[in-house]
Parts: sequence; C-alpha cells; structure tokens
Amino acid sequence: MEFGPHLLLATLEGAVGAAVLALTALGLSLVFGVMRVVNVAHGEFYMLGAVVAWFVASTLGSAPATGFVAALLIAPVCAAVVAMAADRLVLKRLHYDPEATIVATIGILYIMQQTALMGFGPEARPVAPPFNTRIALPWVEWGENGLALFYPWGLSTTSYKLFVIAAAAAILIGFALFLSRSRFGLIMRATQLDRETALAFGIPVERVYSLVFGLGAALAAFAAVLIVPIQQAHYLMGADPLLLSFIVVIIGGLGSLRGTVVAALLIGMSDGIISVFFSPTLAKILATLLVALVLVFRPQGLYGKKRA
Amino acid sequence: MPKLMTSRRSLLKGAAAGGLLTASPLVARFASAQSSAPIKIGFQQHATGIGAAYGRWYGRTTDAAVKAINEAGGINGRPVEIIAEDDGTDPKRGAEVVEKFANQHGTDVAFGTLFSHVVYGSAPAAGEQKMPYFVVSEGHHVASGKLNRYTLQPGITDVKSQVQAMAPYVSENLGKKVTMIFPDFAFGHDHRDFFTAAIEAQGGEVLEHIAIPPTETSFTKYFPKIPRDTEVLYHVMVGPAVLTFVKELGEFFGPSSPEIFGFIDSLEAVDLSSPGLEFLEGTYFWEGNPRYAQADQTSFDKNFRAAVGVDENGASVSDPADVSTYAHMFGCWETLHVIKAGMEAADYQGPQDRQKLIEAVEAMSDMAESDAHPQGPKVFNGKTHQVFGKQYISRVEGGKLLRVHATSIEDTLYPDEVDYTTMTF
Repeated sequence: MEFGPHLLLATLEGAVGAAVLALTALGLSLVFGVMRVVNVAHGEFYMLGAVVAWFVASTLGSAPATGFVAALLIAPVCAAVVAMAADRLVLKRLHYDPEATIVATIGILYIMQQTALMGFGPEARPVAPPFNTRIALPWVEWGENGLALFYPWGLSTTSYKLFVIAAAAAILIGFALFLSRSRFGLIMRATQLDRETALAFGIPVERVYSLVFGLGAALAAFAAVLIVPIQQAHYLMGADPLLLSFIVVIIGGLGSLRGTVVAALLIGMSDGIISVFFSPTLAKILATLLVALVLVFRPQGLYGKKRA
Repeated sequence: MPKLMTSRRSLLKGAAAGGLLTASPLVARFASAQSSAPIKIGFQQHATGIGAAYGRWYGRTTDAAVKAINEAGGINGRPVEIIAEDDGTDPKRGAEVVEKFANQHGTDVAFGTLFSHVVYGSAPAAGEQKMPYFVVSEGHHVASGKLNRYTLQPGITDVKSQVQAMAPYVSENLGKKVTMIFPDFAFGHDHRDFFTAAIEAQGGEVLEHIAIPPTETSFTKYFPKIPRDTEVLYHVMVGPAVLTFVKELGEFFGPSSPEIFGFIDSLEAVDLSSPGLEFLEGTYFWEGNPRYAQADQTSFDKNFRAAVGVDENGASVSDPADVSTYAHMFGCWETLHVIKAGMEAADYQGPQDRQKLIEAVEAMSDMAESDAHPQGPKVFNGKTHQVFGKQYISRVEGGKLLRVHATSIEDTLYPDEVDYTTMTF
C-alpha cells in the first residue's frame, strides 16, 4: 500500500483506539482527581462492562441493535453498582489512605478477574455490532487526466468504527458540560479542590466519593461496550486499557479533563500510526519514554496544575 | 589407610540404610500397597492466561480419557489419578508446576502442556527432576533436539510436519505467491521458517512475513503490509483475540480478497457462525482433526466425541455455543493412551521405573487408528521423540468445515534432527 492511503488507514485505526482510551482514562483520572485513589482495578471495570454487554446482548438475542442499546444502558450501571459497593465495603473502611487503597484495588482486580473466569469462562466472546457496513475509502491520484479518485485495496473502515469515534466524542463533551454546568459537577470540583472545606460547607464527601468511584467505573464500562463489537469480551482484557490509561493520566495531568483527552489522542493516534509504520513495540517504548520525560520535566502533567 | 576408611564408611552407611529400611513401618506399608495405589499423572493445565480456552478443553479430554482408561481396568491394574495444576500459560510458572509435581505431589509423570513457550520453560525442570514429560504442544521444539530425553510428544504432530504437508496443496490449488501472518513467538516462527522453505521447494515464494505480537488486540493496522500481488494469504494466530483477527481480515479485504489459507488455531474455540465471519466461506483451513463430523466419520471419532461430550459440530453437547479446540485436544486423549501402553510395556511400578517407561515409549513405532488413536494412524519416531500422522485440509462450505484433502503420513516426514536415545538419563 502506498504511503498516503496507509497513513489514512493508520489514522482511522488510531482514532478508534484514542476514542475508547479517552473514555477509560477519564474514569481513572476522575477517581484520582476527586478521591486521590489510584484505582488499579479500573481495567477490570472495563472488562466487567464488556462481559455484561455480552451477557445482555446474548440474553436478549433477537436483533443486534436492541441488545447493543440495552447493553449500552445496563453495563455502565452494573459496573457503577459494583464499584460503589467496593467503595462502601473496602475503600471507605481504609479511610481512602493512598497506599492502602492501591493494595486494596489490586485485590479487587484479582477478585473481579477470577470471578469473571469462573462465571464467564476463558473464551473471548463476541457481541454483534448494531450496524456494520464496510465503507471503502477513495484516494486521490494525479493521473493522466489530472486528479482522479480511486479505491486502494484494503483502504476501508466500517460505519461502526466511525460511530465509536462519534459516540466517545459526544460522551466527552457531555461530561465536560456536566462537570462545569451541573450542581453535582460543582460539588465534585469542590471536593477535588479541598476535601476539608467541602466537608465544612456541608457537602456529603463520602457520598460524593461513592458516586465518583461509580461514575469512573461506568465510564470504563461504557468504553468497553463501545469496543466489544470490534474486539471481544475476555476476562483478561482489562490489562491493556489499565496500563494505557495510567500513561494517559500521567501525561495529561491527574484530574485534568482536557489533559486526559489530549493525552489520549496523542497516545492512541501515535500507537496506531507508529505501530503501522514501524513496530508496535516501538510505539509502547515511545509512550513510556514520553511518560518518563513528562515526569522529569513537567511532573504535574501537560495540563495539570501545580499543587500549592 | 584411606582405602580402609572408605570401606568402613560405606559399610556403616550400608548398615544404617539397611537398618532404616527394616525399621521403618512406612516402607513396609507402601510396599504392600504399591500394587493398588493409583498412578499419578501431573496435568500441567493452561487453566488461566491466554491459553485458557485450550486448557479447559484439554481438561475435559483428559478427564474423559482417564475415565475410559480406568473403566478398562486402569494401568497395570492400578487406577489412574490426574493431578491438575494451573500454569497460567506462563513459562516460569510452568517450570514451578513441574517441580511441584516432582517434589510435592510425587507424580509418576507430567503431561499436557500446549503453548510452546511454556514447554520451553518447563522442559529443563522436567529434565532436572528426571520426570517423564509428555507434551501435547505441536511445537517443533521436541523434534528439533533443543529439549531433553525426558520430554516426549507422542500424541500430536509438530508444526514442521504439518506445514510441510500443506505446502504442495497450497501451491497446486491456491497459488504460489504467499503472504504469511503469524504470531511473533516460537510457534509462529516455526510456521514462518518451515512453510517458507516448504513452499519454495514447491516452486512458490513467500512475498512478505508479517509477525504480530501474541498479546495484540487490534490487527487492521498490520494488513496494509500485505503485498498487492499476493495470491494466497496464509494465517495462523493464537490467543483470545483470534476472532477479532479473522473479522478484521474480512473487513480489510471486503469483496476482493486473495485465496485464504489458515491454520484452524486462528479459530479454535470460536464458533464459525460468529458475526463477521461470513467472508470465510470458501476459504481453507488446516485441521489437526476435523471439527465437524465428516460423512465418512469413523466409529473411533464417534466414540471419542461421545466420551468427551462433543457434538457433530465440534461444540459441547450441553452448550452449542461452547466450541471445542477439536483440532488439538485429541492429543491429550492419545498421549494418555500412549502413557498407558508405555507403562504396560515397561511393567511400570513406580518412579524408579521412569527410565524404563521412556525406553518403552522410544521403542514404539506404528500406532493403528483405533479408539486409543481416534485422529488417525500414527508413526512414532523414538529417536526424535515425535509422532507423525495425517493432516487434514478443510474448506468452509455452508458455514461448516468440509474436509477436502488428507495428507499421507509420508507427506509429513522429514530427516531426523536429533537422536535423544543416545543421551544419558
């Protein structure tokens, strides 16, 4: 394949990855920003979303679209409920101590992963996309009669992949509005800024924590429902998004929405493009190198605020 | 003087040992129970990790084989007991499992490993522990001579013989310009090296080798590397993302694809009627053992399916969506029957007879198609510790795999690369 079409294909693939990564990383960033909890189990909520999506879609059976829409509504709620229960039963009892919660969420990670293995099984299971038309993309070429359109072999995407990008963008915009315009958004920002003062002003901080932890898990689950018609639900699928989310959150700045989105685009796109033209290993090396550089030269992240 | 010292010491040692032996009630009890104690087979199972789908079916096949062997009177009149340990599909954990079999469970032999990197990781431990290690892996590592005298593969053929037997069919019926896509570890490299050589011997060529990391979850980005003049796309993939791989392959090509020849590994434990796989209609697969019961099904295959609980579509009888790893799991069944035959030939009594067991298996050659060998007849090469058998090529027709070609055993043979029988125990 020539360079131009190849690059376009890589960009499209990268954009799908970036869209899903942005949602997942946003959940992680939110939880850390508000609660100061490093949620190592975040990837498992992503996995839970995918597994529930498979369960819902295969139980409803009938048309793929109904199952998918139902999964889109039910899976994030399920993940949120599990996360809130984990918050009440575990994190709250540790008084949100930063070190203890890391260890506790590692435990939650294993419990969720092994429960999925026992209940869901070791296979990768597919969910049918609600719609999936292959769209062949044209490319321009300077031919004998001037500019001409042609369809290179393999240069294509699917309507569903474009939908994933659009849906993720819509959720991100909606979330930004929710954070800046709604009352709960205000409360979350207040809690993030100063826990003690928020408490003094009568904000039920512990309830906010529960909701935030649930919301973070719901975002991851939502991302997973979007991706599961492209990749399958599998009990080990949480590892990759967890690692990439950490990278994104560190580069973007912990707790910064804008930073998370920018970093997700950067990492997702570069992963797509570099792994096409060079090797996937090099993409991972560069992402990790970027993390190191950010940590050295801008420890608060690209968009993070320096702590006073 | 030193001479006297030595003899006195050895005398003392001998006396002490003899005293211990007669004094110990344990030894006496074990000796009398020896004939009826179960034969313990350590089963190194990929219960978790990327091999978990295989591990589950290897487990079911192993249980069925042991049930069949025990119902027929066990081995040397003793019942067989399986001790399964999860290796997480991880080489380091695999070696620990083998050590655990030797030191903690005291198993007679170890068996059952599939993934080639786990075999590589575990075989040295088996050699150190002097534990006969029967792998069911299809890797070329056993016959390549890289392992040791304690490691054998008598129940499943290796990649080298499989791909070598495929090359004539591919070049005669599908095309001569091939692009290969394979996972980037030992198993995939076996495919790369041996198929490339085999297709060149047929007058064909490999235009491009595309290696994909085994943990990859998204594949479209690799496909642009497929050269435009490819006539045959050869694919083999493993791990949980195989369905994504095959689906994205279909989406990439759309209506204008080259001929596609795949190893069924790319779709093991995956339902052929999964959404997005329609494009596979008319493509070809290597199968170690045909997943769908064929029109000329043998009674052996029928009995094997019934024993393991697999229907004529290769899925679990209790859940049609639970598709088996049919092209590989017969290896567990056949390996356990080889262990039984070997132990009976060696009159195996306990761990002190492990060397006799290995020598007995090394002495085997022809294995007739039977209930013990439902996949087909086999020839075991005692020098290379590797078995050889028929290979099958199937075509997807009406959403099912229909066998279109079966190789002979001779098609799969290649010159010996090692003689393990000359190595010391």
